[in-house]
Amino acid sequence: MSVMTGERGEAPTGGGTLPEISFRRRAADKVVQALVYAAFVLAIVPLVSVLWMVIGRGLERLDPTFLTHSMNGLSSGDEGGGANHAIVGTLEQVGLTSAMAVPLGVLTAVYLVEYGRGRRLAKVITFVVDVMTGIPSIVAGLFVLAFWLLALGFDYSGFAGSLALAILMLPTVVRATEEMLLLVPGDLREAAYALGVPRWRTVCFVVLPTALPGIVTGVMLAVARVMGETAPLLLLIFITDAINANPFSGPQGSLPTFIWYQAGDPNPQAVERAWAAALTLILIIMLLNLGARLLSRLRKPVSR
Amino acid sequence: MTSEIDIGSRAGFARDDGVAGPPRSTGRLGDRLFALAAQGSGVLLLAVMVAIGVFLIWKAVPALQANEADFLTEQEWNPNANPPVFGIAQLAFGTVMSSFLALVMATPVAIGIALFISFYAPRRLAAGLGYLVDLLAAVPSIVYGLWGLHYFNTTMDDVGRFLNAYFGWIPLFGGDSVGGRSLLTASVILAIMILPIISSITREVFLQVPGSHVEAALALGATRWEVIKLAVLPFGRSGMISAAMLGLGRALGETIAVAMVLSTASGISIHILADGGNTIAANIANSFAEATETGRGALIASGLVLFVITLIVNMTARLIVARRKEFA
Repeated sequence: MSVMTGERGEAPTGGGTLPEISFRRRAADKVVQALVYAAFVLAIVPLVSVLWMVIGRGLERLDPTFLTHSMNGLSSGDEGGGANHAIVGTLEQVGLTSAMAVPLGVLTAVYLVEYGRGRRLAKVITFVVDVMTGIPSIVAGLFVLAFWLLALGFDYSGFAGSLALAILMLPTVVRATEEMLLLVPGDLREAAYALGVPRWRTVCFVVLPTALPGIVTGVMLAVARVMGETAPLLLLIFITDAINANPFSGPQGSLPTFIWYQAGDPNPQAVERAWAAALTLILIIMLLNLGARLLSRLRKPVSR
Repeated sequence: MTSEIDIGSRAGFARDDGVAGPPRSTGRLGDRLFALAAQGSGVLLLAVMVAIGVFLIWKAVPALQANEADFLTEQEWNPNANPPVFGIAQLAFGTVMSSFLALVMATPVAIGIALFISFYAPRRLAAGLGYLVDLLAAVPSIVYGLWGLHYFNTTMDDVGRFLNAYFGWIPLFGGDSVGGRSLLTASVILAIMILPIISSITREVFLQVPGSHVEAALALGATRWEVIKLAVLPFGRSGMISAAMLGLGRALGETIAVAMVLSTASGISIHILADGGNTIAANIANSFAEATETGRGALIASGLVLFVITLIVNMTARLIVARRKEFA
């Protein structure tokens, strides 16, 4: 993004000696400028509104009780209760998702950049990755439902949710890694080859470490994105009010589905919990985002 | 995280290998294994994509065979009844209508944002302002849904009443039972959600505008708007079209925010201000919990339709981008 701070698009400086620009042209210029500024403001209004509501309403209930207690034994109209089971579930599911999607995504990107250049298979994969970014999350959920639950006969679990999330996370990881690998200067690879280092070691110990900060940034952004996914989890992890630390068996909670159920409840106490959970979720996502930005700013691939 | 661990263990392996004495192999085997692993993950990715289509079809067929009505033209969604009767006409209408409205609202604003960040904003602030717009994309859809359900629908209720009172003669804004949980509210929220993707892709396209075109226009004495009109927009047109299509793809598949905001009502209605309506994705989220076996099959069938629609939209968009790249 910082690339675009080029000198292009600088305002034309109306030199003093040049003839005046006609009123109509000046007016058109000003009108467009006003419209463009208005468009930006128009986009910021909902952002501020959403964040304002989430922080304002969320802080009412975001307390230690909320973070350390589950909803076990409480009905939705009760005061108190919390989202601990949902936080545990979300962290575990996203962890499992990353454990599947990151190695697979990084290896695919390595294939595309280091091995597949110009090959037909690589072109097909690139295209499919592009198309895959557009898969609706609910369709990924339905696929895992059809495949994992209905065809293979497994039961609802946090892991089933992670499978769907992994499908959604994979293209993002491939994209980010690919971009970073392309930034690694070819000189480095050639230097390694000149020393007689086999190709796979060059990739593992020269290319990947050089690109690592960028890859980690991309992964963190991808994690932040799948963390808020709700639709596939609704179909796959079922619902529970109790803490279930085992993602491989039994229904599990998650922050997004927790918000979904509490927000749809008519009791005001439940809605309060939904806002607090939304704030928790946004805080985690923003932390990941900020961390990713900082990391990418601290260390960019060095080219000498 | 895992990539670090992965690399760490490989590094450990290498050190052991080095300490053990003279290298026993030239690494040819490692090379072959690694290339195989890399290619294998690529192929696995393709396989997943194919499997999505195959399994959705496989699990949808029994329900479709049990269906008593025409799946494509029936408006009713009642797969749990005996005999099951369901069709996606109403759902598809709601999906297309809400996404189309969202696109109409979002595209001009998104292009405006892209222009603002690329050409109008103070250079030093531009990156930060771009980040601010990207934050819109970082907010999860469930949070938009919560916001829409418990706050924004009251605003839209007033907007809807206003539009209905003064522009009710337009069929789109007509009808009674105007409310905040309408198709219009869903479209506005969808528009907010697809803003960042359209504007960020458009910004990328604007970045590629050849500097010489811009400078040539400036040298002829063009104002800033004329530079944009003469050099930037013509160059970026196909890019903007594909950006809009990618946004459309996102809007078509968006589930949770729509499911939370819309109050479900049956029947196709052109009145977008009226409470109710439904989309394919929202219907899956809302009716999954009560679905019987046939019901699930029916939902999977509707998901298949959604998958095919978004696939076509996304592929077209990507092909436009790819073709433009060849010319650039």
